[in-house]
Amino acid sequence: MNTIRISRTISALAAAAALAASAQDTIPIGEYACLTGKEASLGTSSHQGTLLAVETINAQGGVLGRKLELITEDTQSKPGESGTCVRKLIAREHVVAILGEVASSRSLEAAPICQAARIPMISPGSTNPKVTETGNYIFRVCFIDPFQGPVMAKFALDRLKSRRVAIFSSSTSAYSVGLAKYFKAAFIAGGGQVVAEPKYAEGDKDFNAQLTAIRAAGADAIFSPGYYNEGALIVKQARNLGITVPVFGGDSWEAQDLIDLGGPAIEGAYLCSHYSVDDPSPRVRQFVAAYEGRFGGAVPDSNASLGYDSALVLADAIRRAGTTEHAALRDAIASTRDFDAVTGRITINEKRDASKKAVIVQVRDGRFQFVESVSP
Amino acid sequence: MSEFLQQLINGLSLGAIYALIALGYTMVYGVLRFINFAHSDVFMVGAFIGYYVGRALPLGTVWGGLVSMAAAMAGCAVLGIVIERLVYRPLRGGPTLNVLITAIGMSLFLEYSGQLVFGATPRAFPQIFPSKVMEFHGLIISMNQVIVIVVASVLLLGLEFTVFRTKIGTAMRAVALNPGAAQLVGINIDVVISFTFGLGSALAGAGGVLYALNYPSIDPLMGVVPGLKAFVAAVLGGVGNIPGAALGAMILGMVETFVDGSRWSTYKDAIAFTILIGILLFRPAGLLGRMTSEKV
Repeated sequence: MNTIRISRTISALAAAAALAASAQDTIPIGEYACLTGKEASLGTSSHQGTLLAVETINAQGGVLGRKLELITEDTQSKPGESGTCVRKLIAREHVVAILGEVASSRSLEAAPICQAARIPMISPGSTNPKVTETGNYIFRVCFIDPFQGPVMAKFALDRLKSRRVAIFSSSTSAYSVGLAKYFKAAFIAGGGQVVAEPKYAEGDKDFNAQLTAIRAAGADAIFSPGYYNEGALIVKQARNLGITVPVFGGDSWEAQDLIDLGGPAIEGAYLCSHYSVDDPSPRVRQFVAAYEGRFGGAVPDSNASLGYDSALVLADAIRRAGTTEHAALRDAIASTRDFDAVTGRITINEKRDASKKAVIVQVRDGRFQFVESVSP
Repeated sequence: MSEFLQQLINGLSLGAIYALIALGYTMVYGVLRFINFAHSDVFMVGAFIGYYVGRALPLGTVWGGLVSMAAAMAGCAVLGIVIERLVYRPLRGGPTLNVLITAIGMSLFLEYSGQLVFGATPRAFPQIFPSKVMEFHGLIISMNQVIVIVVASVLLLGLEFTVFRTKIGTAMRAVALNPGAAQLVGINIDVVISFTFGLGSALAGAGGVLYALNYPSIDPLMGVVPGLKAFVAAVLGGVGNIPGAALGAMILGMVETFVDGSRWSTYKDAIAFTILIGILLFRPAGLLGRMTSEKV
């Protein structure tokens, strides 16, 4: 009796599997993003951007006559989760390519797994150069820290007229360590001096001690490459300690939470970004309108636009490759030239990075406002 | 000099918060001889109670801040008593290891229930007390730091008074000394233990609100790191010893602050913990702990 029931169950399962296989006229695309946890603001933005792109492409009939199916895993902003997420996407969901992550540390965790499985991965916002150095299946659609660091150094020297900067970075994030290094080299080469280099660890909340040391060192500006959570608290505590010099950060400060957590203290802070929501070009206006319509008036930040672009670049590559076969798809992504994306024209270079412009924005009246744009 | 004094104030306010959490660890250990790992999550719940109550009241007022803090303390006291009643009491009398592992389970339960209820995204804690920055000859003291130090001192003195000058405090000390004998002379052990949990949790609740006030970004996992530090502070001072916990917390807060303010800030935890290991090598029972030989 039992045996019969089991064999019936098995045959039912087999039938279901066969049905699923025949119904598989969608192209499964994996995405891993920090939808919850410390950096949830960044991950949610990039996810919404990606989702919007996939929905837009599907509304236009999909790719190769098939609809895209986005399968999203949450990394919870935690170390160790990204590996599990992409393994699951590859082994269980059989995705043709993977989009993610924003944070360099987590992209670095997942990249070797994608590389070993020969599944193309496109990171929307990881700027640490090591991410794409992992192997020839790993790409990104954003600029990298060796470009962002000098941009910020030049900005500090020319625009802020800073000569004695303090660099306050996180010792536990690949992004922060890398960006601090490239900034420092360019700032010193430009004739500036680094007067203090205190460190913090991800998740720290008390920065008074380091900021007191920065104040004593007489810095005329503070550069803090790191994420928005710590960034907001750093600026707040700096202002409480009576530090009035300009404070500026990298692209991972760009999140609405920076403004919500930082309150009035964050006003006037500068940061590097990938695009400006105020850009008058029709491409950007169209994207902003679509995003606001889809997500109840939410203003897309640069991670949203990068998430959007990562999906567009992938869809374009699938279209050009004419197949979802991994090696052909990889070659198609690698040959992306002058692709018209929201964050500018994307060309994937021989290091599998996107070379494109950076934008500097300032927090004014509770929103990120355009200051200047810098081309490579 | 002014930098040194500034760091002293920074260290004092950090140490004061560690002290409030450390006391809960040390009191429970004193009475029940086990480490209540869920304590750091009661601290987190305190911050969230302060968040919800604080937002319902007018912000930036002294009474609003005090009411929020009282609500957090009361809520945490109830939570602590409920945890003890439902989770730890059925295990009392069994091996200590069972209770210890249950405590870790309780801690994870609170953390992940918190993620479910409050969401994992950090929130900005409202400025529930009036905010003001005072300056004395280049020395900058924020109102929040003053509040932390004053409230922590008042609570510590109140605790000292409760433990050494009241009837229930005497009962607590009696249970800590010898539970069996305490019961024989007519002390209701259950009431004393509930009271200890309630008191320790109330201090953690106050600590949660003060911590959130100084570092205004709260999330369900916010208790993990300060909880660990406070536990270390309790061990450093001599676990089970109330003034010891406060002393240990102050030392830890100061060491962390001064290392952070130096060029070796990358190695903050490494240096702080090396010093702790050094102290424990020479005083294994902690700074104020009494050496006792294990009864066989």
